[in-house]
Amino acid sequence: MSLQVSQLSKRYGAQKALDDLSFSASPGRILGFLGPNGAGKSTTMKIITGYLAADSGTVSVLGENALANPKKLAAQIGYLPENNPLYLDSYVREFLEFSGGIYGMKSADIRCRTEEMIRKTGLQGEQHKKIGQLSKGYRQRVGIARALLHDPALVILDEPTTGLDPNQLVDIRNLILEVAENKTLIFSTHIMQEVEAVCQDVVIINQGKIRSAGSLADLKSATSQVTLILETEEPLDLSWFEGIGVPSFGGKGTQELVLLTKDAGEARKAILQVVSQRGLSLIRLDQGAKNLETLFREITQGQ
Amino acid sequence: MKSLFLKEITAFFGSLTGYLVLVLFLVAIGLLVWVFPESSVLDYGYADLESLFLYTPYVFTFLIPAISMRSLAEERRAGTWELLQTSPLSLTQIVLAKYLALLVLVFMAILPTLGYAYSISLLGNPPGNLDWAGFFGSWLGLLMIGATFAAVGLFASSLTSQQVVAFVLGVFLCFLLYFGLTALAGMVSGDWAYWIEELSLSYHYNSLSRGVIDSRDIFFLLGMIWVFLGATVLILKKK
Repeated sequence: MSLQVSQLSKRYGAQKALDDLSFSASPGRILGFLGPNGAGKSTTMKIITGYLAADSGTVSVLGENALANPKKLAAQIGYLPENNPLYLDSYVREFLEFSGGIYGMKSADIRCRTEEMIRKTGLQGEQHKKIGQLSKGYRQRVGIARALLHDPALVILDEPTTGLDPNQLVDIRNLILEVAENKTLIFSTHIMQEVEAVCQDVVIINQGKIRSAGSLADLKSATSQVTLILETEEPLDLSWFEGIGVPSFGGKGTQELVLLTKDAGEARKAILQVVSQRGLSLIRLDQGAKNLETLFREITQGQ
Repeated sequence: MKSLFLKEITAFFGSLTGYLVLVLFLVAIGLLVWVFPESSVLDYGYADLESLFLYTPYVFTFLIPAISMRSLAEERRAGTWELLQTSPLSLTQIVLAKYLALLVLVFMAILPTLGYAYSISLLGNPPGNLDWAGFFGSWLGLLMIGATFAAVGLFASSLTSQQVVAFVLGVFLCFLLYFGLTALAGMVSGDWAYWIEELSLSYHYNSLSRGVIDSRDIFFLLGMIWVFLGATVLILKKK
């Protein structure tokens, strides 16, 4: 295990940000850290990297206690913080060389690794530009290049794909897959498809608690519930469906209902009954595929 | 630590900030020393640089907080502080690197005033007649005051993520330590006045200006720098 988090807790005032969180990550695998906004993903990552202190619990990185001596382990960790903060008036190459310097790399190594990271992240055309002039996608590459420059064993990327367009998204995902070899890589996201596309392991957290953890394949087969999607011309009320399963509104607002249930057949009948009783005009009633999206909804809304 | 120090220096001279500060400082001091009739050396009648040493601390009170305000505040505002804090650099190393970069700028600002001394010494009668001991004592004092203000400015910058707040706080603290305490000492009487006066930066600066380099003055100012840099590290640790 290159990362072992046990019973981590953290409070912000009265609010419990993390509640007894435990998970681990192993080398050569990508761990997706999944949860809705405000679930505690960033807080966990900030604690692992030594930016925040924990109230209780332990974090061990490569077998050493990371909470006791964060500076000693700092060179082993590559971290891309949320929102990717960068020195906007630095030039790309200058910034990477500076980062190499503060990680205590030798100048020959810095030059060689900077070259390599610029090539790997496809920044050749931008290396002599100021970071402030780059588009969001390229800035993200600079952030990732910085996180990997000192060849860390543990790489932590906090929402590396937020705010990117679909093409950039694919590029960054491929980049993550490419650089993950031989490293322990953790990245957080609230986008389910991303986890399905990139990760081998998944940890789902909500309200500071682990809701589910394991390999992606195991989690998918354990998804016992199915989703039914009902769309009508009239606005719906969640309370009409409470006896049938776990209802929530879909992407189209109150005219679309997403219902999680164990028994699709029974639920379908019950839904149609509600539709005819209330005199609603049905547009569609679909059964969603069993996927991680379903699981995510189940875990973070259901219970 | 070296790379952070170099990056800070490049940040000053890679943008207009560094040049602007140096030019403005030299223009302000140049006007006070050579041009404005109330303070001009040329109208004074004596070949000394009294006015340089009298007015520079006033200029420093505004100038040094202006260069130190972004030092830590901007890192916090932009979020790049997270990059520094999760790097292997310790807080002490970060603060020292930033402080040394400020010192270099202060030093570069007052370096050209050595040329003033040479000009003035030529104006003396006979030429070359300048109180060099007094001059170097004062010059060292000026450097020490600049260094102390830089530490105070850095401390102010650690308290907030807004540059303007850091600037105003910095100016206030420098003003208080340099002028305020002396003024306060004048308002109270007895032992208190003595102790308050002892804490004032201007008291130790004036003492150095007499040309006697007293180790107590040097140690006091070094102590002040140490206290403010230490406080900066503590503040950063807390946040």
